[in-house]
Parts: sequence; C-alpha cells; structure tokens
Amino acid sequence: MIHPHGGRLVNRMVSGEQREQLAKRCGELPKLALNQRELADLEMIAAGAMSPLEGFMTESDYRSVVDSMRLANGIVWSIPVVLSAKSDDHKQLKSGDELALVDQAGRALAVMEVEGCYEVDHDYEAQMVLRTNDDGHPGVQYLRSIAPVYIGGPIKMIRRPEQRDFVRYRLEPKETRVLFSTKGWNRIAAFQTRNPIHRAHEYLQKCALEVTDGLLIHPLVGETKSDDIPADVRMRCYEELISKYYPRDRVVLSVFPAAMRYAGPREAIFHALVRKNYGCTHFIVGRDHAGVGDYYGTYDAHAIFGEFEPQEIDITPLLFDHAFFCRTCGNMATTKTCPHGKKEHVFLSGTKVREMLGRGELPPAEFTRPEVAKLLAEGTG
Amino acid sequence: MAPRDPSEMVTLKIPRPLYERLGQLIEGTGFRSVTEFATYVLRDLASHPAPPRRAEEEPATGRMTDAELKAARQRLRELGYL
Repeated sequence: MIHPHGGRLVNRMVSGEQREQLAKRCGELPKLALNQRELADLEMIAAGAMSPLEGFMTESDYRSVVDSMRLANGIVWSIPVVLSAKSDDHKQLKSGDELALVDQAGRALAVMEVEGCYEVDHDYEAQMVLRTNDDGHPGVQYLRSIAPVYIGGPIKMIRRPEQRDFVRYRLEPKETRVLFSTKGWNRIAAFQTRNPIHRAHEYLQKCALEVTDGLLIHPLVGETKSDDIPADVRMRCYEELISKYYPRDRVVLSVFPAAMRYAGPREAIFHALVRKNYGCTHFIVGRDHAGVGDYYGTYDAHAIFGEFEPQEIDITPLLFDHAFFCRTCGNMATTKTCPHGKKEHVFLSGTKVREMLGRGELPPAEFTRPEVAKLLAEGTG
Repeated sequence: MAPRDPSEMVTLKIPRPLYERLGQLIEGTGFRSVTEFATYVLRDLASHPAPPRRAEEEPATGRMTDAELKAARQRLRELGYL
C-alpha cells in the first residue's frame, strides 16, 4: 500500500491515562477557541490525514510553505495549516507553554505544546498561496477575518469535536487503509468534490475506475462559501447516484472534513497529498480544481504538478480536460476525444445550474442525471 | 589528495531547501561542503550491522496494533463498508 506522506501515518489522539491527565490539566491552561476551519484541521492532524504534520505550523514551516511549497525539512506541502491568535494573551505565549484548544462551547479538545508565536503578512500569504489579494476571493476574506499572528506547535487530541455531521461516512485514514487492504485494492483513485456530481464528473470517475481497482468519492464537507450547494443536499445526490449508476463493490463514499481554501492549484496539491494519507494511489484533477470565480486558469491545477518530481508527490495525478456531453458523438467526451464544435457540447456552469434551479427548471439529462437534478431542485428550492 | 576519478562518482538529487538547510547546519563543523557532509552521514548509516527498518516493511496500515486493526474492521463492518 502507498506510504503516507512523509513516510509515517501520524496519530495524535491520546488515550488512557495520558488522556485523563491532559484533560485534567486543561482546566488550568490558557484556552483558545478554534474556528470552523481550525477545528477541521485539528481533527485531520490528529487522525493523520495531514501527515507528516503533528500540529499547527511553526514559523519555519509556515514561511517555507508560503515561499516554496515545502516544509522546512524539504517535504512538499502547499497550504499553510495554521492556528491564529484570538486574543492579546495568546500573542504572549512562549516556547514550552501549553495551550488548551477548545471548541466554541468551551469544551477542551486538545493540548498544544507551543513552539512559538509569529506575526505574518496576510497580503503576502494571500498573494503567494491564493495568487491574489482581491477582497472578493473567499480565501482572502478568511485571512482578513483572523489575526495576523499564528501559534505553532504539536498537538495532542483528547476528544473529537462534537458537531459531527455524516457520522456514518466519517472514516479516518487508518480506517480507509484497512478498508482498501481488506478489499484487496492496490490502486485506488480519489475524487475530491465540493459540488454535486454531474455527468462530466461521473465520466472522469469512471475513466479512472477503468484503470484502478477502486474509487474513493471523498466530498469535502467542511466550511464552504455560502452559495455552494450544502453538503447534506450533495450527500443525498451522491448516495442516489452511486446506488443507481456505480458498481457498488468498487466504490467507497466517505466524507473529507476539511474546509475549502479556494486556493486552486496549491489546493490541488494539498488535496492529492492528503488523499495519499487515506491510502489512495491516484487523484483525479479536472478543470479549475478548487477554483473560484476566474482567479485561476482552467488548467493551472494541472500545471502545478509539473513543479515537483513525481516521487515527491508519489500519488499519481489523473489530469482530465474539460468534459461534456457531445450530441453528435452521443456520449461524454473531452476535447481530447471529440472532434465536434462547442455548439454540439452540453455544458453548464455552476452559476447557470443554480439559476435554473432557482427558476424551478431542471438541468438537461445530458448534463445531470434526472435523479440528481430532482434532489438538487428539492434541496435548493 | 588527488582528485577522485569522476567516473566513480554519481549525482544524488535532493530538494533545494533541504540542501540549503544542510549548508547552514555544517557551518563551523569542519565539513567543507554539503556533499562531504551527506557522504559522511550516508556512510555512517550504511555501516550499521542491522540497517534501519525499511518503510516497505511497515504494515500497510501504519503501526496499528492487532486490537486497533480489529476495532477498525469492526467499525467498517458496522458502517456497512465491509
């Protein structure tokens, strides 16, 4: 089975006596309440989904990631995973201090062994990571909403966050690895999505399934922007689609707890590396992966994989061109396989689909399976 | 000392940030270059009578105990994945 990123699956969940001692100590420690993105990151770090990260990034890792898409030790990592200070007291934390990480209700979830606090330049981070500092970009808006002071250090998790939707679909990396191993799958393609699966996505997934043993449909269910289709509606669509159109024994549906960064190419690398930790060997990258608006070129998320040696990423990216239904071909295709002009192609943007649903119209069957269109209409109407 | 025959040497590629970090580490240590330092470390590593366990020998699921493995399979069964 493919090795986790950095060679070892991190486990920062503590149990038994150590957990009891830490939980007891939390009462006396300074506290920091995590926001939704940080909560999701914490859970993923603890479970090894972010291996080799053992905590929120220290200054050397953060600066190296922002500047060169590598941790300070040279391992590829494209996205800052950081904890922002929430009060002036947090900015006084020193190396060796302990900090209780709590949820919004004040429940202690983890303890951080602080390695240091550091000031950052959000404009610079935005420009480097998001390739823009335009206030219209949701990732820039997030950065504007947090303090430009980060706290870094390893964490130990004593309790998982309580608000946990989709419990039935939450699998940690060690569990997906056991699952794939038990099924005898050696080559597993992962599909990341924050959208409903339309025919084009289904086509990419099935192309991938033709050359692999199994498919992990891994929808992101962490924080997304307000006009994205809600995760519960999407999950109903995935369930319906899989039950009707996919070979049940070759597909696994599980949720990916992370928040969207909308960082386009850099997030594509992040999404791929993390799926390696879940045990996947291949990662599907379509058009404008993790993009938003027109901040990124259609295939920027393909090109970025060329900036690394294949063995540094290890998981194999499956780079797909823009897919559509061609009326003349009578099937799904891309410009690589279809000779006909755009007039023959059925393709709708996400905005167009939302507008149609808003008017009570269903997208055409060539674009969306009717069962999915119906669920979307019910869920967004 | 006579220079080495170039045909006896090969090139290893390492990430540039790591190379630069190693360059900082050897300052004042007597190592004249990153190459000299890397050769020393790798020789030392290779000279161990029992080489360190290779990553390929790790179980596919990491360092899970039998009990953890059993619990994971049980949960997967309960959720309908197995």
